[in-house]
Amino acid sequence: MIDAVGDVQKVLLLGGTSEIGMALLRRLAGERRITAVLAGRPTPGLDDAAGALRSEGHQVEVVHFDAEDGGTWAPVMGKGFASGDVDVVVVAFGLLGDAERAWQEPDVAARLATVNYTAPVTMGVDAAGRLRAQGHGALIVLSSVAGERPRRTNFAYGSAKAGLDAFFTGLREALRPDGIRVVVVRPGFVRTKMTAGLDAAPLAVDAGQVAEASVSALLSGKETVWVPAPMRYVMSVLRHLPATVFRRLPI
Amino acid sequence: MSRAPVLRRSLTGWGRTSPSMANLVLASGEVDVRLAVRDAGTRGVLARGLGRSYGDSAQNGGGTVVDMSGLARILSVDTTTGHVVTEAGVSLDTLVRVLLPLGLLVPVLPGTRQVTVGGAIAADIHGKNHHVKGSFGNHVAAMDLLLADGSVRTLTPQGAPELFWATVGGMGLTGIILRATVVATPVDSAYFVVDTERTRDLDDLMARLQADDDEYDYSVAWIDLVARGAAMGRSVLTRGWSARADQLPQRLRGQPYHFASRSLFTAPNIFPSGLLNKVTIAAFNEAYYRKTPREQRGAIQSIGQFFHPLDVAKHWNRIYGQRGFLQYQFVVPFGAEDAMRRAVERLSTAGAASFLAVLKRFGPGNPGLLSFPTPGWTLALDIPVAPGLGRLLDELDDLVLSAGGRLYLAKDSRAQAETLHQMYPRIDEWRTVRDQVDPAQVFSSDQARRLFL
Repeated sequence: MIDAVGDVQKVLLLGGTSEIGMALLRRLAGERRITAVLAGRPTPGLDDAAGALRSEGHQVEVVHFDAEDGGTWAPVMGKGFASGDVDVVVVAFGLLGDAERAWQEPDVAARLATVNYTAPVTMGVDAAGRLRAQGHGALIVLSSVAGERPRRTNFAYGSAKAGLDAFFTGLREALRPDGIRVVVVRPGFVRTKMTAGLDAAPLAVDAGQVAEASVSALLSGKETVWVPAPMRYVMSVLRHLPATVFRRLPI
Repeated sequence: MSRAPVLRRSLTGWGRTSPSMANLVLASGEVDVRLAVRDAGTRGVLARGLGRSYGDSAQNGGGTVVDMSGLARILSVDTTTGHVVTEAGVSLDTLVRVLLPLGLLVPVLPGTRQVTVGGAIAADIHGKNHHVKGSFGNHVAAMDLLLADGSVRTLTPQGAPELFWATVGGMGLTGIILRATVVATPVDSAYFVVDTERTRDLDDLMARLQADDDEYDYSVAWIDLVARGAAMGRSVLTRGWSARADQLPQRLRGQPYHFASRSLFTAPNIFPSGLLNKVTIAAFNEAYYRKTPREQRGAIQSIGQFFHPLDVAKHWNRIYGQRGFLQYQFVVPFGAEDAMRRAVERLSTAGAASFLAVLKRFGPGNPGLLSFPTPGWTLALDIPVAPGLGRLLDELDDLVLSAGGRLYLAKDSRAQAETLHQMYPRIDEWRTVRDQVDPAQVFSSDQARRLFL
């Protein structure tokens, strides 16, 4: 249960090496020790993440899957829920990819769509069913401002995030009667290893800020989170600019 | 035969935190309860009374919850022995109203009469008379318990002590109580003779309680947790006895058993979170302390005045707003006065404002394996949910645990499993008994899952 003061007992993180995901997990745990299920590719990075959480006193279970390989998705939720109720499922994996190859090479385009849309939607539906069955719980889904208006520089990624955002925003409504919460998080530019080497955009944030905003939204009942908060207004303006103006912007 | 109605409902405790969805069976008789247990799915089944436990004790997310308030018949009353046989869903309010004209009083009354007999046993509730009369389980002569295998066993403390005392305080996890025989106390009137004293601070309060508490049948102190410095822990101590007819003023003697307590109003569901804050609560506490006479002896009060001032407002839990509130109650043994002092200090400096904080001296506990009361000092307080509260209470848990104390399951909504297990050293004995009658844990609750009971 997410208890009376907002503490949790068990969190399932899809994208077990995601910096934002890990920050979210730690923020959810607060100063308590929890059970964390880390789901991700079997990489040294995943083992490191599990080791780090263990050394902080958390109980850690590791589940392997590959977002690019649809055959590995189905068992993830079953394993994640096996040891008892999951209070929060965090969908934090994603792939930025090579934006230029993504609109010229079918395989690359398909991979971005799979990792950023098909995989989270497939596993999200499985998670939603299990949360309904246990009668409580929440989903936190990492969307992106990139989904708000496609840009020339990363529209393949942005289009998948747009789909993901729409799906989980709708799923939130579908799950409302069951008391299951869905928080959709739309960060702007986040300084992580996924964006290392890119020039930080204005209003850049770090993973901790995304975690903080997401968890306070979860506990206060907010459903859509922009990080940082003013990004909402920036994107609202950008969304309504005429295409002729928008394409000239240096973004 | 038609089945009892089943509603898909979001349920919370009285604190209105941590909701979960369950299939709520509106049972109106034993058959409905039996069918609900027989058909329980993988998430199990749990009895629920009037929902006055504060946390997640009476919720069972994804499973079945049986609303027992429809099993509300009083089956027999023996006025010579005081033995009252009731169905489990009878409220103490009903019981008080029915028994008083017969010269009997419910043996243990908590801070509200809106609890059921089944719930009173499951939480082994206590009242202002604990120091002399013990908790509710001490006054149960027998109960019929529906077990996971569908059988019904009649339990008495003599005939089946293990299961009886695993069920008293067992939070509904050994089975569903269908009926119980409660031993009521003979009284001469529906009134109480009450002495009221104001104490300067916490030490003054504890000294007075140590001095002469056992001379009173009923005793409780309201304590101001907002006052700091020298006034920290200042209190209003009210203690009394059931009034004899000859102690009543002339105008009451004609109807010594007259009992009138209605709910005067229903709190609407419109209060913003944060309405009760440090400022408003400090003002309330100041006024309450000031309006109390420094000392008053022998006042005559009704049951409502003496026991249940909050029962006049239905849904008073709504005044805390959407975020809800929690109640924190612990007991520390005699000799651990310093731990109590530090807890009060910590709450007072943290500004964890509470307008309902009570301190009481407990008498001996009973053999209930998960029963809360143990000899010592208990403090209970309402706290609106606010950021940082979790850490403060975790800190207090450690203080209570290291002083040899414990938390009350019926109030808990946020403790950690490990801490709680250490507070209840007989939990393994309890589990052994539970596993004998319910190895598959057909009876379960959100609290049981959260705390690995």
